[in-house]
Amino acid sequence: MERAVHDRGGWPTDAPVDRSEHELADWELLMDAIVGALSRSGAMNVDELRRGIESMEPAAYAAAAYYERWLFATETILAEKGLLASGELDERLSR
Amino acid sequence: MSFAPGDTVRVSSRAHEGHHRAPGYLKGKIGTVERVHDRFLNPETRAYGKDGEPAKRLYLVGFELGDLWPTYRGDADDRLVADVFEHWLEPAS
Repeated sequence: MERAVHDRGGWPTDAPVDRSEHELADWELLMDAIVGALSRSGAMNVDELRRGIESMEPAAYAAAAYYERWLFATETILAEKGLLASGELDERLSR
Repeated sequence: MSFAPGDTVRVSSRAHEGHHRAPGYLKGKIGTVERVHDRFLNPETRAYGKDGEPAKRLYLVGFELGDLWPTYRGDADDRLVADVFEHWLEPAS
């Protein structure tokens, strides 16, 4: 059975498990807070977040950090719901 | 189909497109119901903007690691437990 990129338990690998920790950067804390606020307001639930993460291209998924996947999924789901226009974040950032 | 602690169950290996919480490494594997949890909103529909009703029963299911990984070389008593929704379980005894 073909397994999606997020469904990783038991994937063959010779690489050791990366158990390293890091201090969370401000943007990571902010991403966590945004997802919490969206959940509490009813704009996006955790299952939608996960579905958004699972929709990433395998190579992009593999290259992305944990909270980068949250960012991708949040933008995807909010755009899908019309709460965010496609490209709106990029346009704001370029001002 | 509902289950009770001690029941032998198999995790369904049916194909399923889209979001679901049954991990691939458990599909088709046989385990034992350890605990009956509450019912929870169904993530498979909730992930697509629905309300997740009707809520689905969740179970804690235990597996022998040697059954999950044929090449497992750890202690023969080593086990893994996972939460699995009722609609992903089939009777296996």
